[in-house]
Amino acid sequence: MQKYLTCALTWVDARFPLTSNWKAHLSEYYAPKNFNFWYYFGSLAMLVLVLQIVTGVLLTMHYKPDAALAFASVEYIMRDVPWGWLVRYMHSTGASMFFVVVYLHMFRGLLYGSYRNPRELIWLFGVAIFLCLMGEAFFGYLLPWGQMSFWGAQVIINLFTSIPFIGPDVSLWLRGDFMVSDATLNRFFAFHVIALPLVLLGLVAAHIIALHEVGSNNPDGIEIKKNKDPVTHIPLDGIPFHPYYTVKDIMGVAMFLIVFSAVLFFAPEMGGYFLEANNFIPADALKTPPHIAPVWYFTPYYSILRAVPPLFSSQFPGVVAMGLSVVAFAFLPWIDRSPVKSIRYRGVQYKSWLAVFVVSFLILGYLGTVPTTVWGTFDKALPLVGGVDRANVFARIFTLLYFLFFALMPWYSKIDKTKPVPERVTG
Amino acid sequence: MANQDVDQSKRRFLIAATTAVGGVATAAVAVPFVLSMLPSERAKAAGAPVEVDIGKVEAGSMIVVEWRSKPVWIINRTQAMLDQLTKIDDKLTDPKLDVPQQPDYARNATRSIKPGLMVLVGICTHLGCSPTSKLQSGEEGMGSDWPGGFFCPCHGSRFDLAGRVFKGSPAPINLQVPPYKYLSDSRLLIGVGQDGKEA
Amino acid sequence: MNKLILILSLILPLGALANEGMELDHAPINGANQASLQRGAKTFINYCLNCHSAAYMRYNRLHDIGLTDEEIKANLIFTGAKVGDTMTVAMNKKDAKSWFGATPPDLSVISRARGADWLYTYLRGFYRDETRPTGWNNVAFDKVGMPHVLWQLQGEQHLKITEEVDAHGNKTESHALVLVKPGKLSPGEYDLMVADLVNYLVYMGEPARAQRMQLGLIVLLFLSLFFVVARALKKEFWKDIH
Repeated sequence: MQKYLTCALTWVDARFPLTSNWKAHLSEYYAPKNFNFWYYFGSLAMLVLVLQIVTGVLLTMHYKPDAALAFASVEYIMRDVPWGWLVRYMHSTGASMFFVVVYLHMFRGLLYGSYRNPRELIWLFGVAIFLCLMGEAFFGYLLPWGQMSFWGAQVIINLFTSIPFIGPDVSLWLRGDFMVSDATLNRFFAFHVIALPLVLLGLVAAHIIALHEVGSNNPDGIEIKKNKDPVTHIPLDGIPFHPYYTVKDIMGVAMFLIVFSAVLFFAPEMGGYFLEANNFIPADALKTPPHIAPVWYFTPYYSILRAVPPLFSSQFPGVVAMGLSVVAFAFLPWIDRSPVKSIRYRGVQYKSWLAVFVVSFLILGYLGTVPTTVWGTFDKALPLVGGVDRANVFARIFTLLYFLFFALMPWYSKIDKTKPVPERVTG
Repeated sequence: MANQDVDQSKRRFLIAATTAVGGVATAAVAVPFVLSMLPSERAKAAGAPVEVDIGKVEAGSMIVVEWRSKPVWIINRTQAMLDQLTKIDDKLTDPKLDVPQQPDYARNATRSIKPGLMVLVGICTHLGCSPTSKLQSGEEGMGSDWPGGFFCPCHGSRFDLAGRVFKGSPAPINLQVPPYKYLSDSRLLIGVGQDGKEA
Repeated sequence: MNKLILILSLILPLGALANEGMELDHAPINGANQASLQRGAKTFINYCLNCHSAAYMRYNRLHDIGLTDEEIKANLIFTGAKVGDTMTVAMNKKDAKSWFGATPPDLSVISRARGADWLYTYLRGFYRDETRPTGWNNVAFDKVGMPHVLWQLQGEQHLKITEEVDAHGNKTESHALVLVKPGKLSPGEYDLMVADLVNYLVYMGEPARAQRMQLGLIVLLFLSLFFVVARALKKEFWKDIH
């Protein structure tokens, strides 16, 4: 038996670099031995991607991208297709969990300086993946053709209208109609099921190839390749990805699947965050629901959009701010001037700013889910803010802080008091 | 690395255990995925048994009804037509109906419950075309010894008025008789047999 | 700590946004009570299904709540539909719009759009209002287009508005529904009937719900086993490193 397998492997290896790829990416890819909790989310993102593709293909078999049929076809999947409800809930839960995982994965990068030299390209591919994912989520969200789908798409497409001069034409072109309609649904379907997934897969491949070229960062932010065994040239703090990180990631997968299944089977709507009540009402172009908010993973950016006041009676500045708030991540490799990478050796300045950023992100995220009237208005007697919605003022403050995290980074990261970085990784 | 005190058998056991549990999990999630491609409740409802009024099918003619999106022929055979059936056994591939292409209650000389009324799934057993009716004996283009039956335009398979295939046809077996039963003298239910079995 | 905040922010429930400012009565429903679901189905088909469709719900799906094809045919189908058909209505959409000002919405997933408590409050919240074309208004749905279909059962309610002025001179309005003309059912019986109906509507919103919960338990148990085994495997291998 062993003999035949070896024989088959030799045959394949002569024609395809199977063994060498296995070695390069798994059994002889040396990863730092000190990965912690935060390092699960890369492989988990891969898992969710696969899950979304498989369930997505199955949904495509039953879904109808037609304004007259779309809503009914989703309910058809939920009721008439054998196990359709499971496939659909996996896909809808997967969409939200994808963002949970990716946000935690990105936060890991902020914690340990994973975007720093020599990993700038990995990071840029990552930002592109994130943008692509947002596109996937946005296009996919129209497909159930409920009220939230419809009005969400309507609002986001109308953002483009605010672009000076060409705006109205751009949004008309995006919609392919004067209002979000069958034409829009049909093209969003095309983007969601084929165009963006192709781009996404390419970017994920590039992300991983780049990572395996330079090697993984670690919680100490030390280059393990600087300390190699003089004889074997294997990094002293490195361990082969397989079996050590494969077995560890399998454990992570098990833990993740428990959380995933708990949501999927017991709270697929997640209190209205993952599936919104209004999206169980078919799209109606004549009636906007009283309160519309994007899905939770877009709400920080939506808050920023709402927070920026119109300038020259144009919403454009808000749109630009929203775009910048996402694109800002791409600049991190160059605006971070700290001599150290990991938060473990950074000083109080970076730590405080990161805390400010996370708090801003979360509060903006919360504010994006509720109407601006949620915290009432300031007392009329107060100067400047008298009579203004409290939530609006706070959204502006946190928007400012959000951007200051990036804008001031070249300075605070440089003057920050850092701790000495050890030669070798710690625990 | 302290490889010397590795308990290899424990390791092998744990690898096997994880693979087994993980394999079961993967299989368990694959099952609903595969099943989701089976006919849905809508397809099943659309494929439900069909009631047919046969009171208006004139002797010597046929009607076509749809059951599970397939054409089902209901042929009201005359006595002359029935007489033909017994004379051509030597020309048929399976005159004794050895291949179960019909419910047990239709495994008889006329391949039907009541001798005159024939019920057939109008799908050629060769490659799935729907044969054309050539009900009259000696019909044009079918040769003078044609006893009446069906001719498949795709590859030329020939069937008699009981759906039995002629020797030399590309089709290997007789046309299928669907499960059916009489609700009354003039009403037929196609899809459920008189033995209660569904297709 | 950041981790904690992030995780917390993900699980905090979103308030019932659709019904701001309106206090809803809690719907006393139990999806495991088949008798209640069956009574609810009967009420639904007798009273709602004349104008509202449930076009995604098949009659034979009622197997879920313990009914057989024969029972469904005999007791619940009045339209000549087959048991495999969905619950559609013959009413023309345009006619409906001219009669009620709006097309009666399909009710297949109404419970997921509105929530059980809203439905429970709404169905018990009709009151006489002569300013409305139908003569009816509703506490949960102001200027509702639907007439009170169940009025013979519930009777007629009036809305009593009392204004109170507290010590600071702030006015507060309190609303109360008063039954002025009793119906065939006592208020207790009517509430029970509505609860059954809402129970059914919630079931119909997601017929797979019971199966989902059952399966979920098995899946979680199995995944816990997977986790235990995977953790043991990881520990065994990582002995090399530590």
